[in-house]
Parts: sequence; C-alpha cells; structure tokens
Amino acid sequence: MIHHSKRRALAAFAVATAGALVFAGCSGEAPEAPEDGPVTLTITANAITGGKNAAEADWIADWVVPEFEAAMKEDGKDVTVEFEPQGVDDENYKTKIALDLQSGEGADIIGMDGIWVGEFAEAGYIKPLAEVGGDSVDAWEGWEQIPEAVQGALSFDDERYGVPQGADGRVLYYNKDLFEQAGLPADWQPESWDDVLDAARDLKKLDGVTPIQLNAGTAMGEATTMQGLLPLLAGTGEQVYEDGKWVGDTDGLNDVLDLYKTIYVDEGLGDAVLQQEAAGRDTSFQLFASNQIGILLEGDYFWRSVINPEEGVGTAPMANRDDVVGYTKIPAMKSGSGVDDQDFVSMSGGTGRVLNPNSDHAELAWELLAFMNSADAYEARNAGTLAITPRTDVNDEMLADDPMLTYVSEEVLPITAYRPPLAAYPQVSTALQQATLDVVSGTSVADAAGAYADAAKDIVGDDAVSGG
Amino acid sequence: MTTSTTTPAGSAIAPRRRRADDVAGLGKVRAGIFVAPALILIGIFLLFPAVWTIWLGMTDYRLTGLQAASPEFVGLDNYVEALTDPSFWNSLWLTLVFVLFSGIIGQTLIGFGLAWSVRNIHGWTKGLIEGLVLAAWVIPASVASFLWLVLLDRRSGTINGLLGTEGAAWLIDHPMESIIIFNIWVGTAFSMQLFSSALSAVPPSQIESAKMVGASGWQQLRDVIVPNIKGHILTNTLLITLWTFNTFTPYLVTAGGPNGKTEILSVYIYETAIPGGQLGLGAAISLIMLLINLVIALAYVRVSKGRNKR
Repeated sequence: MIHHSKRRALAAFAVATAGALVFAGCSGEAPEAPEDGPVTLTITANAITGGKNAAEADWIADWVVPEFEAAMKEDGKDVTVEFEPQGVDDENYKTKIALDLQSGEGADIIGMDGIWVGEFAEAGYIKPLAEVGGDSVDAWEGWEQIPEAVQGALSFDDERYGVPQGADGRVLYYNKDLFEQAGLPADWQPESWDDVLDAARDLKKLDGVTPIQLNAGTAMGEATTMQGLLPLLAGTGEQVYEDGKWVGDTDGLNDVLDLYKTIYVDEGLGDAVLQQEAAGRDTSFQLFASNQIGILLEGDYFWRSVINPEEGVGTAPMANRDDVVGYTKIPAMKSGSGVDDQDFVSMSGGTGRVLNPNSDHAELAWELLAFMNSADAYEARNAGTLAITPRTDVNDEMLADDPMLTYVSEEVLPITAYRPPLAAYPQVSTALQQATLDVVSGTSVADAAGAYADAAKDIVGDDAVSGG
Repeated sequence: MTTSTTTPAGSAIAPRRRRADDVAGLGKVRAGIFVAPALILIGIFLLFPAVWTIWLGMTDYRLTGLQAASPEFVGLDNYVEALTDPSFWNSLWLTLVFVLFSGIIGQTLIGFGLAWSVRNIHGWTKGLIEGLVLAAWVIPASVASFLWLVLLDRRSGTINGLLGTEGAAWLIDHPMESIIIFNIWVGTAFSMQLFSSALSAVPPSQIESAKMVGASGWQQLRDVIVPNIKGHILTNTLLITLWTFNTFTPYLVTAGGPNGKTEILSVYIYETAIPGGQLGLGAAISLIMLLINLVIALAYVRVSKGRNKR
C-alpha cells in the first residue's frame, strides 16, 4: 500500500515536473536577434496621453519613437520602438515595475523615481548602467552636462543606475485672487510658519475656501512625505537621515506634527477629510484649480504639468495660471531655524530612466536612452511644456522662458535637500505618512510621534533611530 | 486516490478488492494516463502555488531590497508576527463584521425576502424585479465600484443630492457601512435566485394543507417552508460566507481606508504583500486565511452530515 502510494506520488511528481518544464520552455529566452535585424525596443513610464504626465507621454510617442526609428533606419537598422504608457498612482506604478523586473520581464527602458533605485538595486532588479549598456555608457557626452548632484538622484552606492530626467524643487503655491479678497498681499513671502498660519486664518474668512492644504496621510503615499512632512522637518533644522541615524521621536518631528494638528484639528484651516480620501491629491489639485484652496505645498510638477493651461498637458488646467497663481519659498519654522541655519527650505527629488537588465538588446536600448537625453531631445521635450532638465546646456538656453522654473532653479535648488538614497527610506517614509494620518485623524502628537519612532525602530533597528 | 481511502490499509485482500473496483477495466497504467492531464493541471495550478505559499510564508521575502535578492528562512516568525500584530486581529474582526452583516444577514435575508415576496407574482413585474437584482450581479465589480464611488461622492454624489446631505463623506465617516451595503447590493441576486428555485420546489400540497388548517403566513414559513428548504439555506449560507470572507471588491470602493477601517483580510493581505512589499508575511497571513476557510467548510460538512443522518 505504502509502496503503491509512494510510486503514485513519484509518478505525479514526475508528470508535474515534466509539465513545469514544458511551461518553462515556453517562457525561455528567445534566441538573440542580430542587432541590425528587426528589433523592437519598449519604453515604459508613468505617463499617458490625456492624463498623468501627458507632456512626457506625448513627447515619447510623437518625438522619441519616430525620430529614433528614423535615425536607426539611416544607420541601416530596422528598429521599432514601442511606448507602454501607464497613468496610475506612483505607488501602483512602482509595484508594477517591481513585479515586471522580478519576473524577468518589463520594458527595455523604464522610468522610475530616483528614490526607488536603492531598493531595486539591492533586489538585483536593476544593474549599474555601464554593466547593462556596455562601454559606450561611460563615454556618453551627456554626463559632462549633468551636474554630479543631479546624477546622484539615479545613483546608488556610487554607481550610476540610470539617467536623471530632471531636477525639481518644492514651493508654496497660493491663489492671488483669494489673497486679494482676504486682504493679503499678492506678492507674498512668509518668513515663518506663523506667517503662513496667519495668512491661512485670514483666508478662512472667505466662503467656500479651504485656506491651506498640507499633504498628509497614507492615501497619497510619497506625496505626503515629499510635499509635506520633509520640507517642514527641514524647517526645524532636522533631516530624515542624519549622521547615520533616522529621525525618531525628536523635537523637530513633534514641531512638524504640531503644525499638522494646528492646521487640521485645532483650527480647521485645512480639510482633514480630503487627506483621507483615496483620490485626495487629485481632488486637491482640482480644488486649487477652481479657486477653492488658498495655499498648497507642491513641487514644480504642479506648475508645469498639473495646472499647465497648455492644451492637453494639465490634468487640472488653469487658463489664468500665470496671473492668479503665486509661488514662494517655504519658510523655516522661524528665521534661521532650517537645516544649515537657512531661512527657507525645500526638498528635491528626481526621476529618471533605467535600463532593464533583462533586455535582449541592452546596447541598443542604451543608444535609445542616450538619444532620449540628448540636447535635441530635451529641446523637443520642452516645446510648450518646459521642465528643468538635468542638462546645464539645455537649461542655460531654455529656462529663461519660464519665470517659475527659473525661480526654482535659481532660488530653490541652492537651498534644497535630498532624500537619503537608502533602501530603507520608502519604509520609513510610509511610517512618517502614518504619523501625519494619525494626527490628522485625532491622535495626540505625542502618541503619533511615539508610534512612528517604534515603527522606525522596527524597520532599521533601535540603534539607527535618533531621539527618544 | 479513492481506492486508498476505501480499502483497509495493509489488508491482504486488497488486490482482489481493487480488481473489483476497476469497473472500467482499464488497468492502473492506462487509467493513470487518462487522468494525467488533470493531475498535471492540478499540480501546476493548485498544488504548486499552495506549496509555494507555505514556503514563502516561512521566509522574509520582500518585493524589493536585499530580501528580494536573497530571502532568508525565518521559520514561523511571520506567523508569530502576524498573530501578535493588533492590526491583524483588527482586520480579522472587520472581516467577521463584514461577513456577518453583508453576507449572512444582508445577502441571505434580503435574498430570501425578495424570493419570498415575488414567489406569487407572475409576468413582467417579477421579471423586472429579478432583472434589476440580477443586473447588480452581472455588472463587473470594477464597474459597480465606480458606480458606487459616484453615488457616494462627497462633493457631487447622487446620494448627497437625493438626501440633501451636501458634503457628507460617506466613505470616510461610514466606511464599513458603505462597503457592507455595497456588497449586499452586488451579491444579493445569488441568494434570491437560489431561494426562488428552492421555494418553487416546496410541495404546494403542504402549503395548501397548512392554509386549510388556518396557519398564518409566518406559521407557514416556519413550519412548512423552512423545513423544506433547510438544505438550500445551509448551502447558501456556506457559499455566501466563504465568498464574502474572501472577496476583494470592497478594495475598489475604499482601498482599505480611511486609516485601515475597511481593511478586511483580503485587503490586509494585499496591502501587506504588494504595496507593503512584505511578500513573506503576506503569504503567511494567506495561509492563516486558508485555514479559517477550511474551518468554515468543515463546520458546514459536519452540519450537513448530521442533517442527512437524521
């Protein structure tokens, strides 16, 4: 009996293994095609025509694809480029590309947030650029044009993993019409958090207006950390990662959470419910565009993409953007209390594109990536929808056209701070988002900060967290 | 498989018995070849994922980072972590509340109520009612969830428009109630159809006799209808319980929020494993969920066996 069942089990196992082998055979590597034969390269990015990052999607589809195909044809190569657009939350996009890379699939060129580079590299999903793309990577002319700090956004452990796509900075946006109605100056420059709160209190007298919306909560993911907590923390003189330690239950964090409490709980200057809605960030964009939010902390992405009046670019276009929307530097808690004793602070991040190590045509994919980062490509990209590019040669020539981006590049970038390029960061960031959510939904500041510190210790270990 | 369970283990007479069992006369090898395709499919799509889940549940495998490249075996750590985490128990509690109100009470009772109230109606009215209820069942969940998002929207939602409750954030202030009603709306059609056919199978003679002796509607229901359709009630309750326990559709309405208030187990696992990146922990919780499912199913088998014996 035992003998029989054993044999049966063995047989079943053999059959199952055979089946698995057949399946494995199906998904096995296709034979390497000759580089000048018909080759298809794919690009993916969280950008889609008519939706998220529409300008980038249009540029890839209408400029990169045909121009690169034509350039290849001139060289006698038959190359087809396909664009796989996405238009979802950043968190979902990250999950998708992580799963793609994990299963050995994915596009040849993948757009990603610089802050994901660390964890993706540690997981072995992406490899140093020169290792994937070959010798021509280090020889690329573009590196000279991209400042070291900007290259850092797509680097990990002193290795380049991708080509940065731009630099950005965060400012306070405000609605000049609403400011005028509330008797506030159109040319506004707050010097401290109290100045911001005072302005918000004046705005509160207006009907149907939310004075200030400060990103909070877990629903909007990294936007909460990047366009909320971190710039404020920098304004208290602390950073999320300093001297080998992550921020814990510190004075600075408590001050920041106190500000959240003042805005959302004590004085009702912001809409706490909005921060908990699944589509809260997009809704806040819509409300700002329809003159229902007075002050909003956002990156320059908000200006050049979200409220851009250019046809088909913004998801919440404001026809009178240039007249109505003001922008100003984010003040430190008090004058001089920011990091490096600064009066004003900001946070910067960067996105970029990496090569997929699973690519069948990695060297050709690098050619395409270099092509996408050529001066010509940025000039085409900037037609109508200017962004701060990573290339100084292009910036010198083009930024003068847009006062807002000039402002960011001249006033904000010199005082900005960056997130630590460490694999643990995204988890710490989620814990920080939870702390803001706790405060906004009624937990005391002390409890929220304590719970956060415990979570941080769970993630990185007791020794790597500062404060109580 | 069946032979090994019906013959006494190690019995000397087993070969003769087995020959008698071989009704088709194929012999073991040919019979094996016949079932091999099914076995392969079961192996690939059921057995392998199950074993894989058990293995994953004992590692610290993550979606990204170092643990994605070289996950370490952590034994039962994930199970300990899950079972000592208050948010797991909170999620289990939310699931039980959700199953009780949206599945057992909501879908079953309302489904029965609908079937009961249309049982004597004929013609287009019945068709219309059944059609409307079935529509909710037929519409894909993703579409239905958008419908409900629009209905419940805080700023321009239909419900707020109808009730004059401008600005009420149903999905934030009453998230659990919202997904319970949503799930009742989505799933009641099944119970209604099942009970409709059950009711039509109740012998009319028994109802007539009950009526003749002057039984009220309630007494007819209690003494004639329910005893007749007990099996259906049991089947329906089991299926609804399991389906509701495992459903993921509420995620499309609330995304588990606000602040985890609608994080039922399926959503909790998803949040842990995919956006949270903790695939190992997620696999461990999945297995716990599977065990709970098994307990429910076994309880049902026991109840129905007891019923059959009687």
